[in-house]
Amino acid sequence: MFSQLRPALTLILIFTLLTGLALPLGFVGLGAAVFPNQAGGSLIVRDGVVRGSALIGQDFTDPRYFHPRPSATTIADPNDATKTLPSPYAADASNGSNLAPTSATLVARVAASLAAWTHDGGPSPVPADALTTSASGLDPDISPANAQGQRARVAAARGLTDAAVRALVDAHTTRPLLGFIGEPHVNVLRLNLALDASAAP
Amino acid sequence: MTIAGWLQIALVLGVVAAAAIPLGSYSARLMQGGRTWLHPLLGPVERACYRLAGIDPTAPMGWRGYLGALLIFNAAHFLLLYAMLRLQGLLPLNPQAVAAMSPRLAFNTAISFVTNTNWQAYSGESGVSYFTQMLGLTVHNFLSAASGIAAAFAVARAFAAGGVTSLGNFWADMVRATLYILLPLTVMLTIILIAAGVPQTLAAYPVATTLQGAHQVIALGPIAFQEAIKLLGTNGGGFLNANSAHPFEDPSALITMIECVALTLIPFSLPFAFGEVVGDRRQGRALFLVMFILVIAAVAACYAAEAAANPLLTGIDPTGGNMEGKETRFGIALSSLFAVLTTGTSCGAVNAMHDSFMPLGGMVVLFMIQLGEVLPGGVGSGLYGILVFALLAVFVAGLMVGRTPEYLGKKVQAREVKLAMLAVLILPLTILGGTAISLVTASGLGSLANAGPHGLTEMLYGWSSAAGNNGSAFAGLSADTGLLDWGLAGAMLLGRFATLVPIMALAGSLAQKPKLAGGAGTFPTHGPLFVGLLIGVILILGGLQFLPALSLGPLAEQFAMLSGTSY
Repeated sequence: MFSQLRPALTLILIFTLLTGLALPLGFVGLGAAVFPNQAGGSLIVRDGVVRGSALIGQDFTDPRYFHPRPSATTIADPNDATKTLPSPYAADASNGSNLAPTSATLVARVAASLAAWTHDGGPSPVPADALTTSASGLDPDISPANAQGQRARVAAARGLTDAAVRALVDAHTTRPLLGFIGEPHVNVLRLNLALDASAAP
Repeated sequence: MTIAGWLQIALVLGVVAAAAIPLGSYSARLMQGGRTWLHPLLGPVERACYRLAGIDPTAPMGWRGYLGALLIFNAAHFLLLYAMLRLQGLLPLNPQAVAAMSPRLAFNTAISFVTNTNWQAYSGESGVSYFTQMLGLTVHNFLSAASGIAAAFAVARAFAAGGVTSLGNFWADMVRATLYILLPLTVMLTIILIAAGVPQTLAAYPVATTLQGAHQVIALGPIAFQEAIKLLGTNGGGFLNANSAHPFEDPSALITMIECVALTLIPFSLPFAFGEVVGDRRQGRALFLVMFILVIAAVAACYAAEAAANPLLTGIDPTGGNMEGKETRFGIALSSLFAVLTTGTSCGAVNAMHDSFMPLGGMVVLFMIQLGEVLPGGVGSGLYGILVFALLAVFVAGLMVGRTPEYLGKKVQAREVKLAMLAVLILPLTILGGTAISLVTASGLGSLANAGPHGLTEMLYGWSSAAGNNGSAFAGLSADTGLLDWGLAGAMLLGRFATLVPIMALAGSLAQKPKLAGGAGTFPTHGPLFVGLLIGVILILGGLQFLPALSLGPLAEQFAMLSGTSY
C-alpha cells in the first residue's frame, strides 16, 4: 500500500500546480488582455466611479426609477449574529427566498408586493416577475410587461411624456436570440442610466 | 408551456446526443491506450507525470489493487483540502480576509468535494478564499471527476474479455481522463464563459456607488475556470452562493443552454464508450436510450409543473408560471431543464432554487436523485451505476424464464446479484434512515426553513442529495449544524465509496469469468425489450422504496396547495 503513496502524492502536487494555479492564473491573464471588461465583472464606470455591474441588479425604490424584482438577499444582523436582516440586492450575499409554494410567508409577501404595485398605479393582472424574488436575489432584469406596467409612474415622477418613456423601454428590451432562445427582458440598471441621461439638460 | 420553451429544450438535448457519440468513441480509444489527436500536444505532459510519480502505465491492477490506489489517492487529497480549509486565513490569495472554517464544516466540505458531491454548507462569497477556490476546490473538481471516469472504465473492462484479473491501471486512467478529456473541454468552455461575462480576476470585491447613492459590494473572483470544470465534471459546487443562478456564473439564456450541454456531455458519452470497449456499440446505445428516454419524460413533467401558476397567490398573472426562485433571463423552460439535468446527473449546480419549485416539480428533481444517479448520472459513476441496474434487469428476466442470466456473455450468479443489491440498497438505507433520524431530533427540525409537508421534503432532499452525491439542495435547509455537517458527510462517503467497493468487487468477479458466445436462448440486451425492462427495473427498484416518503412530502403538499392550505 505504501508503494501507492508516491504516485498519489506526486499526482496531487502536479495537478494542483497545473489545474489549481497555472491554468486559473493563465486565464486571469488572458481575460485581462482580451476581455478586460467581462473578466473584471462588467463594471459600469462613470466619471471614475463604479456605479454597478451590467450583470448585477441594484435596489431601486425611488419612483423616478424603474424598480427591479423583489430580492431575498440579507445581511447579518449587527446586533445578533444568528439573525439576518433584509438587504435587497446585496451582491456579496446572493440567495433566493427558498420559500415553498405553500409557505404562508410567501403568500403574505406577495400580497404586500401586490398592494404596493396597485398603489403605484400598475395594471392588473401583475406580471409574475414583479411579485416574486429571483433565485440569486441579484436578477438584473425584469420582463417587458413589468417595465411597461411601471411606465406611467416613472413618466409622472420625471415629468416626461409617456411616449418618451415607452421609447426608452422599447430600446432597452432584449428580444430572444433567433426568436426562441431566452425570455424577452429589460436590464433595469441600463434602462435607469438611460433615463438619467435623457433627463440631463 | 410554450413552443419556444420546447424548442430550447430540444436544441440542448439534440446537441448533447449528437456530441456524446464522437466523445464516447474518443474516450474509449483513449482509455484503451490508443492515440488521439491531442497526443502530440499532451503526450509529453502525460509521460512527465508517469516519470515524476514513478508510474508504469501498463502495470496491471486487479480489482483490489485498483480500488486501493483510488482510495489512497482520494484519502490523501481529502486531507490536503481539509488542511487548506482550516489554514486559509493564513494563506495567500485572500483579498477578502476570509477566516478558517470550523472543523466540522471543513470536514463536511472536504468530504463533499472528494466524493464529487459538492454539497455546500458554506457560502462561496464569504466562506472560502481565492486560494481555497483555486488550489483546493477547483483541483478536486478535476480529480474527483477523473476518479469516477477511471472507475467506470475499470468496470467496463470487466465485460470486455473473459478470464482476466486486471481491470487496468488506476494511475494511467486517472491521468488520461484528466489530461485528454476534462482539461481540453474545460479550456474551451472557460474561454466562452469569460467572453460572455463570467469574471476571471484576482481583484478584491469592488464597491459600487449605486444610482440611488447606496454602496453595493460586488463579489467576484477567478470564477470562469472553476465554473467550467464544475459543470463538465458534474461537480456542481458554485463559486458563489446562488450557483449558476448568479449572473456572474450564468449571464444569459444562451450560456445556460451551453452549461446544460456541458454538465450532461460526458455522462451521456460514457455509454457509447462502453459499447466500444465491449466491442458491441448496440449495447452502449441501449443504455444511452434508457437514460435519454427517462430524462425527456422528467423534463416534460417538471416543465409542466413549473409552467402552472401557484393557486395560493392572487392577483398574479397566471400565464407567467412559478417565477419564485427563478431568473428572468432563463424563464420557466430553461430553469426546468437545468433542474432535471443537474439532478439526473450528479452535478447539483442550480440555475433556479429547487426549494421554491411547485410541489410536483420539486418531486421530479428529487426523484431523479433517488433513482440512483444513473440518468445519466455523474461522470463515471452514472455508467457503473446503470451497469448494476442492467445486471439486475437480466437477473429479473432470468427469473421469469428460469435460466441463468447472462450480460454480455458473462454469467450473472449469486455472488454478482448479492453485490449488485448491496450497491443498490445503500442509497435508500442512508436516505430514509438519515431523514427519519433528523426529523425526530430538535436539531434536525430546527434546520427546516419551511413548515408542513414541504419541511419533510426539505430534509429528504438534503439526505438524498448527499447520499446520491448530487450536491443540490432545497437550500432553505440550514445545513451547517452538528447533526447535518457530520451526518451528511457520512452519507456522502457511503454514497460514493460504500457503493464503489461492492461494484469494484463485482467487476473483479465478472472479469475472471469466461466470455460466453451468445446462443439462441440468450436474452438480447440491445433491443427495445431490454430497454423497456431496464427502465422498469430502475423505476421499481430505484424508485418504489421512496414512494411512501414522497407521498408524505411533495404529494401531500400538492393536495394541500390545491385545497388552498398554506403553512
